[in-house]
Amino acid sequence: MIDKQTGLWIYNKMHEIRDFEETAWTLFTENKLRGSVHLYTGEEAIAASICAQLTDEDLIASTHRGHGHCIAKGAELGRALAELMGKATGYCKGRSGSMHIADFSKGNLGANAIVGGGIPIATGGALALKMQNKPNVAVAFFGDGASNQGTFHESLNLAAVWKLPCIYVVEHNQYGMTVPSWQSTSVPDLAVRSAAYGIPGETVDGNDVAAVYQAFARAKERALKGEGPSLLECKTYRWRGHWTGDPEVYRSREKVEEWKTQRDPIRRFRDYLLVHGLSTEEELDKIEKAAAEKMEAAVEFAINSPEPDPAHVLDDVFYEG
Amino acid sequence: MMTYAQAIRHVIQQEMRRDPRVFVMGEDVEKHGSVFGTTRDLYKEFGPDRIRNTPISESAFVGAALGAACAGMRPIAELMYWDFAFVCADQIFNQMAKTRYVFGGNAKIPMVLRSQQGTGRGNAATHSQSLESIFMHIPGLKVACPSAPADAAGLLRTAIRDDNPVCFFEHKMLYTTQADVPEDPDFCVPFGKASIRREGADVTIVANLYYVSQALEAAEALAREGISAEVIDPRTLVPFDYDTIAESVKKTGRLVVVHEAHQNNGWGAQVVSQICQMAFPYLDAAPVHLGAKACPLPFNPALEAAVIPSVSEIVAACKAACYVS
Repeated sequence: MIDKQTGLWIYNKMHEIRDFEETAWTLFTENKLRGSVHLYTGEEAIAASICAQLTDEDLIASTHRGHGHCIAKGAELGRALAELMGKATGYCKGRSGSMHIADFSKGNLGANAIVGGGIPIATGGALALKMQNKPNVAVAFFGDGASNQGTFHESLNLAAVWKLPCIYVVEHNQYGMTVPSWQSTSVPDLAVRSAAYGIPGETVDGNDVAAVYQAFARAKERALKGEGPSLLECKTYRWRGHWTGDPEVYRSREKVEEWKTQRDPIRRFRDYLLVHGLSTEEELDKIEKAAAEKMEAAVEFAINSPEPDPAHVLDDVFYEG
Repeated sequence: MMTYAQAIRHVIQQEMRRDPRVFVMGEDVEKHGSVFGTTRDLYKEFGPDRIRNTPISESAFVGAALGAACAGMRPIAELMYWDFAFVCADQIFNQMAKTRYVFGGNAKIPMVLRSQQGTGRGNAATHSQSLESIFMHIPGLKVACPSAPADAAGLLRTAIRDDNPVCFFEHKMLYTTQADVPEDPDFCVPFGKASIRREGADVTIVANLYYVSQALEAAEALAREGISAEVIDPRTLVPFDYDTIAESVKKTGRLVVVHEAHQNNGWGAQVVSQICQMAFPYLDAAPVHLGAKACPLPFNPALEAAVIPSVSEIVAACKAACYVS
């Protein structure tokens, strides 16, 4: 069960993520952001519920749709937004923009602009944790599209053979860019693919915080007991297009509206917190307001941050220390 | 005396004793001891956790080595053949090479990716290529190419202790070559320092890996004809020691670069380009660049030999540069 403190942490993170994503959307439409920006709006429950159970010693690898994971894993909104704007104060010094944001000091092995590219890296993080005898786990976040990449198969097999403390989290948002999963993917429920590796697989409603939280807790417990990896499929839906400039010709407005109005993960979790007596309207309003203010400060920080100096463009290709 | 393969094995063993974070992962590295014996019996000392057999899943284990390196380990990942790098090209070129830079310099990637390459054993088109030029082209990877046992030892130790991703290129025909290797457990060959393998006055031959021996053979033949060739092995392609070559060319006035890698867009073209900029007024002849012909490497030994440069072609190129018929 989710306790009050954890519940409020998750609620706050979901708001921070949504505010961040919707702000990024606005800034993009105002030409203040450029590049490939993939928004996580509508999928917040997954990153928040999972990262609520991780410390800075636990590792994650993320995706091109990675802002949510990064924020949930402890990134500061200001530095994350500064990176989206290509500013010197961004997490990557303005070199990477939206698709590579990560705060390595928080156990984030990186967002990854290649679909499926981060899955082996998280697996290697789990290998390191196991070889170092650390009581920690690694989480590979990826989408349903990535589950059709070779790295998915190779990594799950490797992790199963080596019993690595890695949890593979598929965020099944139903489209690989513009192609619906029924057109690209052999099975509707990806968790069944776990059977091929002899590991547990579970499908949950990815917009239901409690469901994601509890399923992940089971996978984490198994990993920490040395029993190996799990595959956790979280069914969800992205409210925005594949990227900020997506004309979205492959889906109907009605379907998007239905997910927004009927299955909003934040509204659902708000109800959950209230129904279970974990919080009050006033307390939750206060959290929302605080998150919004934090976002305003982040925008201020990012906009006022300096541009990177091209004199340093060649720094950090190699470690020189 | 040690063979090239023994020198590599010896350094892996010493470095694994020295640093518990160092471990080996790759196909058939445990009981089989790797295809050319470079990890032979090491599992007996270090166990299967640190001499770790992997599935035939290059993307997974190269990516896992990267992830482990990011998380505090110092993996030595071994591909059986460099040709297999294309199987896991994303993990090498998009991930390993770029992780430090794209994340703002916040990550260290202390990993070595080792493999062997080249012709000579009838392995045909997808097990015989010389691919180091491609790795030189993508920023973010260091590239080492030892041509002799001592360099194999010294460069590998430098690679393992480096906090950057190093691609370590061995040649399958060098594994049995023997020479003295310094006993010093801290013997390192610095990256970016070429080795003058033979001094000469009339023409500079630059070669790497197996072709260092071919260049030395050519130099011997040229000496019999009164031409004094200097043979330089760059030893690492990233970083590259252009200065030593430029200094040599200022002395000899002539440059011949030869490698087993394909000639078109091979690393020799880059050397010619750089040396033209650094030493153009000293050149007495157009620089020559030899490499394998633009053709997949064939199986039949006579066909294979027809694709890669021969000693007599090196000799002829040097003589032409010296205007000797």
